[in-house]
Amino acid sequence: MGIIQTSQVKSPWILHFCNSSCNGCDIEVLACLTPLYDVERFGLVNMGNPKHADVMVVTGPVNYRTARVLKNLYNQIPDPKMVIAVGACASTGGVFHNCYNIMGGVDKVIPVDVYVPGCAARPEAIIDGVVLALQKLSKAVGVAK
Amino acid sequence: MAPRTVAPFGPQHPVLPEPIQLKITYEDEKVVNVVPALGYGHRGIEKACEINEYPKNIHLCERICGICSCMHGISYCEVVERLWPMEVPPRAKYLRTIWSEMSRTHSHLLWLGLLADALGFESMFMQFWRIREKVLDLLEMTCGSRVTQSVSVVGGVRRDIDDEQKKICIRTLQEVRKEVEALVNVLATDPTVKARTVGVGVLTKEQAILLGNNGPHLRASGVKEDCRMLGMQAYGELGFEPIVETDGDCYARALVRAREALQAIDLQLEAFSKMPEGEIFVRPKGSPPANEAVYRCEQARGEVFYYAKGNGTRNLERLRVRTPTFANIPSLLVMLPGSELADVPIIVLSIDPCISCTER
Repeated sequence: MGIIQTSQVKSPWILHFCNSSCNGCDIEVLACLTPLYDVERFGLVNMGNPKHADVMVVTGPVNYRTARVLKNLYNQIPDPKMVIAVGACASTGGVFHNCYNIMGGVDKVIPVDVYVPGCAARPEAIIDGVVLALQKLSKAVGVAK
Repeated sequence: MAPRTVAPFGPQHPVLPEPIQLKITYEDEKVVNVVPALGYGHRGIEKACEINEYPKNIHLCERICGICSCMHGISYCEVVERLWPMEVPPRAKYLRTIWSEMSRTHSHLLWLGLLADALGFESMFMQFWRIREKVLDLLEMTCGSRVTQSVSVVGGVRRDIDDEQKKICIRTLQEVRKEVEALVNVLATDPTVKARTVGVGVLTKEQAILLGNNGPHLRASGVKEDCRMLGMQAYGELGFEPIVETDGDCYARALVRAREALQAIDLQLEAFSKMPEGEIFVRPKGSPPANEAVYRCEQARGEVFYYAKGNGTRNLERLRVRTPTFANIPSLLVMLPGSELADVPIIVLSIDPCISCTER
């Protein structure tokens, strides 16, 4: 195993994308980065650029307009990559399941590796989801976690 | 004349987590024109509110926006109560006011943190969000949830704040107030913050009125306009005075929100001291009658307007929501042209945009 594979698991960079979320999960994802939860101590860094990212954190249900953007961003992330659907909406459509502009969960458009439950998902649950995703990622790159 | 470039700003961009696209035309580094492109956050909540029965809409309305969710839930309940019309017990009014102000505190602290982040003032961003967690803890203790509180129901509130919780709330709020005050002093006096915000994105009083802006954005341009002055909920008994700044630039908008965060804590403390004992819920009788009602509420971002029409069944015939950011986005078309490319994030942020509110 090389240094790149090791650092992919030890310091994964995150791309946060908000579909048409209510903001609830978005602020909880941001709260993960701030002093109380502070996921940066695990080497997780929030990135604005999809080409820098290893893990994609998606919040909110997919609607007919963001589906194209979501697919576009997913394709720009280099392999191997992990997708985490944060919150009930991103997993299944949640309370918005019967809204006319909603396609459903993120898995309608791109493959999802980890589903985080909750409305809004608690920061603890999000961190748990990221840890699960990292275990999958370490298997994918062949690094013992 | 330098060649013009059109660059899309968003929907995935570094300032906001939310999807908004601005098609910005540049001439070198100067912005000449802006066209906002919306629709990325549209879900169709208003239509879904006609499909669901009226008590279930509370949960849907709270998820119009996760940051102002408490006040969306309260506004929906208030507008449906006005359909009957029915009166809410006084203690429930006070509780609603306390939770509204609590969510205003956390929303303004969140925004102040984002502003510091947009300025590159990373440590201040972390400090504001650290303090904000204390307010979220209070919300979790009193409502049971950090983000979407779901405490308000048609006819009152679901939870009461007992004496033990009241003591913890008052103690924590006093601590939070001291910490926020110290940080706000840094924000207001720091020369680097001033260099980035004073005179940036100026909106005059006339322009703000003409564009129909509202909320802290409007008050920073020198207009004394706040829905809390109408005295709904318990505000009439709390001696509320809106906070006004006159400069109309990003610095003034930051000051208005910083002072409002402190004022919100004062209002909560006052409401705790004046809160009467008694019932917190009255059961509404039957279904909403064939009637229409409106309700205006001052959210953290500005005025939200609810319109509801009942038809005698358990479903509403129509629910219409007009959110504050929808009224504030047009001001970007005035503030952005002429500014530098590097100032665009701060000016966009200074209206405190909430896209999921706007598009629902």
